[in-house]
Amino acid sequence: MASDNKKLKLYSYWRSSCSFRVRIALNLKGLKYDYIPVNLLKGEQSHPEFLKLNPVGFVPVLVDGDLVLADSLAIIMYLDDKYPQHPLLPSDIHKRAINFQATHIVSSSIQPLQNISFLNYIGEKVSPDEKLPWVQSVLRKGFTALEKLLKDHTGRYAMGDEIFLADVFLAPQLHAAFTRFNIPMNEFPIMSRLHETYNATPAFQEALPQNQPDAVH
Amino acid sequence: MIVLYSYWLSSCSWRIRFALCLKGIPYEYKAVDLVKGEQFSPEFEKLNPLHCVPVLADDHVVVSDSYAIFLYLEEKYTQKPLLPVDPQIRALNLQIASMINSSIQPYHMISALKDMEKMFGAETKQWAQYKIDKGFLALEKLLKDVAGKYATGEHIYMADVFLAPQIMQAVNRFDIDMSKYPTLRRLSETYKGLAEFYASSPQSQPDACISQ
Repeated sequence: MASDNKKLKLYSYWRSSCSFRVRIALNLKGLKYDYIPVNLLKGEQSHPEFLKLNPVGFVPVLVDGDLVLADSLAIIMYLDDKYPQHPLLPSDIHKRAINFQATHIVSSSIQPLQNISFLNYIGEKVSPDEKLPWVQSVLRKGFTALEKLLKDHTGRYAMGDEIFLADVFLAPQLHAAFTRFNIPMNEFPIMSRLHETYNATPAFQEALPQNQPDAVH
Repeated sequence: MIVLYSYWLSSCSWRIRFALCLKGIPYEYKAVDLVKGEQFSPEFEKLNPLHCVPVLADDHVVVSDSYAIFLYLEEKYTQKPLLPVDPQIRALNLQIASMINSSIQPYHMISALKDMEKMFGAETKQWAQYKIDKGFLALEKLLKDVAGKYATGEHIYMADVFLAPQIMQAVNRFDIDMSKYPTLRRLSETYKGLAEFYASSPQSQPDACISQ
């Protein structure tokens, strides 16, 4: 376990779903960390001190001793290798592949097409009124695929009765879809059920945006 | 034998073709014509409900998404490893591949650009160029102090497998000026000298030039 002076540090923004993913993973593994807020609305990710630490300029960023790592998937896989308690991947190779697939439907097909930067682009180049319809079409496309992918695998959680990588990625996306983007719950029965399950699971609850030190209420 | 469902011009398919060649794994190529909409057929939907290529079928196992396929191949076929053992370099490779897979490629994916054009008639090429430039700037900063012959040192790894098709796509389809990214440009020249890169490139595929 990391001692205090080598404690894990997480650079995070309360509303960033990518940061939310890493917070869940850290909580599941019982890992303590220093939370360092980076205000994306104020552009703090472009400040020289942050760029010096992480030239990529994204959140989340994990610092573990000498290691500085950005990108939520890379961070979570690093954590899973180094801190094997509560493993985030099943032992069966096919189920692992399905986990990665579900993870990437979220991280490549949904989240990038509805993040702050994309929505700002639509707002400026097209119209602010087009933002919500666009996001909803992206979410619906991705969730339709996820319902089909997971229907033969779900139990209490996405891939059975244990929490795995797919859940870590799904939870923040479902939170955004159902609480911010007005997707009706009854359209996607598996997604809705999982959303409610995550809301009742402590590791996910503690990672919720509104429970972070930099949350604005 | 492994079956790979692929489209010749798809950079995501190229990544897996490149990985299979590097690992010396033979495979059967099944073309999915994205222009004709073959990705929406009921048979293909059973393989991938998101209607994207590549898809890999290995006996009873079917895997979609190039990142998932890559990791599956890496675990099952351990010859010519494409991920290092060292945890920090391993993490760096996962990071670079994930940045390409999630923060660059989605913004110039044909289906996403078509959806944008359909929904609000937006000028999408400039948007794609802006996002590619932003991603390449980040990669350049990340790689300039760690790259050797290849992206993360002297061996070809996952970062290279994802980077190589991405750079070619950026240059050939989106006219990205690589003089701004000297490390990426140098790596690209190295990749072009590899037989496996040539063998996996779009013009070497069975469905090349069938539809355009």
